[in-house]
Amino acid sequence: MITTLLRPVRLGWRRLTSMRTALILLFLLAVAAVPGSLLPQRPLNPDLTSSYLATHGGWGHLLDRLGMFDVFGSAWFAAIYLSLFVSLVGCLVPRIRLHARAVARKPLPAPRKLSRLPESGQFATADSAEVYAATARRTLGRRWRVVERSEPSGALTLSAEKGYSRETGNLIFHIALLCALVLIAVGRLYSYQLSNIVVQGNGFCNTAITSDSWKPGRFVAEGKVRPAPFCITSLDRFTATYTPAGEPSSFIAQVTYVRDVHAAAQHATITVNHPLRLEGDRVYLIGHGFAPTLTVRMPDGTVVHDTEPFIPQNASTLLSEGAFKLFGKQGAKRDVGVSGFFAPTPQDTGNGVITSISPQVANPVLGIFVYLGSLNPHNVPQSVYSLDTTAMHKIGAANLTVGQTKTFGNGVSVTFDGWLPWASIQVSHDPSEGYLLIAAVAMVLGLFASLGVRRRRMWLRITPSSGAPDGSPTVVEVGGLARSDSGNFTTEFDALLHRLRGAAAPVPELISAGRQ
Amino acid sequence: MTMAGIDGAMAHLSDTLFTTAIAVYSLGMVGFTAEYAFGHRGRIASTVPAAAPERQLVGAGGPPVGSSRLVDRIPVGERSSVRGSFGDRAGRFALAVTVLGALIHAASITIRGSAVDSVPWSNMYEFASVAGLVAVVAFIALMWKAPQIRHLGGFILLPVIIMMFLAGTVLYAKAQPLVPALQSYWLAIHVTLAASSEGALMTSAVLSALFLLKQRYDRVSAQPGARVGSLTAFGARLPAAATLDKVAYRIVAFAFPLYTIGIICGAIWAEAAWGRYWGWDPKETWAFIVWVIYASYLHARATAGWKGRAAAWVNLAGFGAITFNFLVVNIVVSGLHSYAGLS
Repeated sequence: MITTLLRPVRLGWRRLTSMRTALILLFLLAVAAVPGSLLPQRPLNPDLTSSYLATHGGWGHLLDRLGMFDVFGSAWFAAIYLSLFVSLVGCLVPRIRLHARAVARKPLPAPRKLSRLPESGQFATADSAEVYAATARRTLGRRWRVVERSEPSGALTLSAEKGYSRETGNLIFHIALLCALVLIAVGRLYSYQLSNIVVQGNGFCNTAITSDSWKPGRFVAEGKVRPAPFCITSLDRFTATYTPAGEPSSFIAQVTYVRDVHAAAQHATITVNHPLRLEGDRVYLIGHGFAPTLTVRMPDGTVVHDTEPFIPQNASTLLSEGAFKLFGKQGAKRDVGVSGFFAPTPQDTGNGVITSISPQVANPVLGIFVYLGSLNPHNVPQSVYSLDTTAMHKIGAANLTVGQTKTFGNGVSVTFDGWLPWASIQVSHDPSEGYLLIAAVAMVLGLFASLGVRRRRMWLRITPSSGAPDGSPTVVEVGGLARSDSGNFTTEFDALLHRLRGAAAPVPELISAGRQ
Repeated sequence: MTMAGIDGAMAHLSDTLFTTAIAVYSLGMVGFTAEYAFGHRGRIASTVPAAAPERQLVGAGGPPVGSSRLVDRIPVGERSSVRGSFGDRAGRFALAVTVLGALIHAASITIRGSAVDSVPWSNMYEFASVAGLVAVVAFIALMWKAPQIRHLGGFILLPVIIMMFLAGTVLYAKAQPLVPALQSYWLAIHVTLAASSEGALMTSAVLSALFLLKQRYDRVSAQPGARVGSLTAFGARLPAAATLDKVAYRIVAFAFPLYTIGIICGAIWAEAAWGRYWGWDPKETWAFIVWVIYASYLHARATAGWKGRAAAWVNLAGFGAITFNFLVVNIVVSGLHSYAGLS
C-alpha cells in the first residue's frame, strides 16, 4: 500500500535528479537570466525602472507583474535555482556513496580476453612470471593502484587503476558550489549596506538613522545584528586629479575615523580600488561631486550660510543640480528656496544657456532660480536635492561666479561664496565573504581535477614459461581501458606498453611480436 | 595630439603592426585555404569513412613508441599531404606565415602596453586584439599536437580576421591612460583570463561548427544516390567527426576552468572596487549565462541523447553568448563595465 503510494514520488524524484532534468534546468537558468540584463532592474536602478514603466504603459505593467524588473529576486527565478539545487543534492548523495565504495574496492579482476579491450598488446620476456610481476608493479609506479591475483591456469594477473581524483574533484566542485549558494543566502541575512554623501569637513557614524541610504539584511533589520560602532568623524580632504585631456586619473578621500566612541582618532586614505577595512566592514569611496556654498539674506534681514551637495547629472562633465532650502519663521510663508545647477568648467552654448565641458573646476558658475513662499506647505518628507515650488513664486534667476552677489526683490540677496567637494561613502558588511572565497577556490580545484585527471584501467596477464629450456618464454598480455575521454589514451597506452616492455628482460630471439 | 602618460609614437607603431598582422593573417588564410582545396589530405580523408586508428606493430626490439605523439597515431586518411606536393607546400607556407603574423600581433600588443604603461586590454579594441591572438596561438598549439588539422587553419583565421577588422575600425579606441576604476592589478588577471579563455572558446566553437558540417556530410553521403549540397560538400575534406568533437571538447575542458577563475577574480575585484562581489550588472549577468551554457555543454557531452550534435550546438550557443556579451552588452546595454572606449 505504502509502496504504491510512494511509487509516483520515487519516479518524480528519479526524474528530477536525472542528468537530463539538470540539463534542462541549467538551460532555463541561462534563459531566465537574460531579461535581467536587458530590462532595467529595480534593485539596481529604481529611477530607470520607473521611467521605463511610465513610458511603456500596459506592457510595462504586465512585465512588472511577471517580476521582470526584479528577475533575480523573482519567485520563478528562485524556483529554477532551487529545483536545480534539489536535483543536484539528489544526484550527489548516491554518487558520493558509489564513489566511496569504488575508492574502497580493489581494482576488478582481469577480463578473460585482454585483446578484446580498446587498447591491448603483448610481448615476451625471459623473466619468470613472479619477477616480471614485481617489475611491472615498479614500472607502473605509485600513481596506479595495483592488485595481484593468480589464476587457476597458473598465470598471474595485475589489475591497475588510477584517476580516482577525477570523481573526487567532480564531487568537491559540486559540493563547493552548493556551499557557495548556501553561503550567499546566509550572507544576505547578516549583511547590511549604508551610504552617505559627505561634504568635505563633515562625517557620519555607522548607524541606520544618520544614513542617506540603508539596506539591512533580515537579521540586521530585526536588530539581531548591530552594525559595528565606528564613525568616519570627518572627510578631511577629497582630491580628484585629471589628465590634460580631462580624463580622471585619481580620486582620493582622506578621512579621520574612530573605531568606537572611546577610541582615539585615526587617519586613513580611501581610493577607488582600495576600501578601508574596519571591524569586518568595508568603507568605500563610490562617488563624488560639488557642494556650493551660499550666503543668503532672508526677507526679514537675517543672514544665513548654507552648503548643499549637488548631484552630477552628467558623469563626464559633472554638470550638477541641487537645491537650498532656507526656512524662515514657521508659517510665515517667507521661506527662500534656491534651485540650480553647478557647472565646474562652464561654457555658454551661445544663447545664454550655461553648460559644463569638463569635470575639472575652472571658474565655475552657479546658475540659480530663487523662490519665495512656503517650502513644505504640507509638512511631508521631501527630497533634499529638489524644490517643491507649488506654494512658492519665482523672484528671479542669475548665473553667479564665485564671490558674486545678486539682489532680488523682497530684500533677498544671494552670494555664491564658493564650493566644497563631497564624496559618497558606502559601508558594506557581509560576514560570508571569506568563506565564499574558500568555497570558490575549492570549486576551481575540483574543476581542475574533474576535467584534467584521467581515469584509466590496465590489466596485465603474465603467463609463465613452460619451464623447458627450449620452451616458450613468459608471455605478458596488456589491456587498457579509458574511463574518461580526456587525453589521448592510445598514445598513453602505447607509451606505457613501451615502458613495460622496456623493463622486461628481452628474450634471446624475437619469438612473439605484434599487437593484436 | 599627445596625452600625458601616453607615448604617441609607440601607440602609432602598435597600430601599424596591428594592421600588418591582419594582412599577414589574410595571406596565411589564403595558404590554408589552398591546402584545404588542393591538398592531398582532404581528398583522401573523404574516401576513408570512420577514423580507425592505425595500428603499429609493437614487438620486443621494435621501434620506440614512447616518443610517439598524436602524429604517429593519425588515421591513414588524415595523414599529411604528400610531402612536397602543392597542398603540403601551401600548408607549410601558411603555417609559417601565421606564426609570423602572431609574432607581429604580439609585438603590437606589447608595444601598446608600453605606450599606455599598463596591460593593454582596457577597452574593446584591445580586448578583441588579445582574444584574437589567443585564438591564433591556441590553433598553432593544436597543430603542433595534431598536425592533421593544419588545413583547417583558414576556418580559425577567418573569424579572427573579421574580429580584428572590426576591432581596428568600429571598435578602435586611442591609447589612453587608465581611469581610476581600472587602476588595479586585477585588470591584468581578470581581463587576461577572460580574453584568453574566450579566445580559446572561439577556436572550440569553430571546431564544433566543422563537426556539425562533417556529421551532416557523413549522414548525407551515406545515403545511396544522395546529392550533397554545396555547403555540406565542405565536409568531404574535414577530419573525422569524432576527432573534431574530441578536440572541441578538450579546448572547453581547458578554457572552462580559466573562465571560472576569471569570473571569481572579477568578483574579488568587484568587492574591492564596487562594494559587492556580485551585483547582476549586465556584464556579470552575461558572464553567468555564458558560464551556465558551457556547464551545460560539459554535462550534455556526458548525457545519452545529447552527445554529439546537440552538445555541439550548445557549444555554439555558448560562443554566441560570449559574442553577445562582448558586442551588445558593451555597446548597447549600459552598466558598470562601461569601458568600451567608444563615444
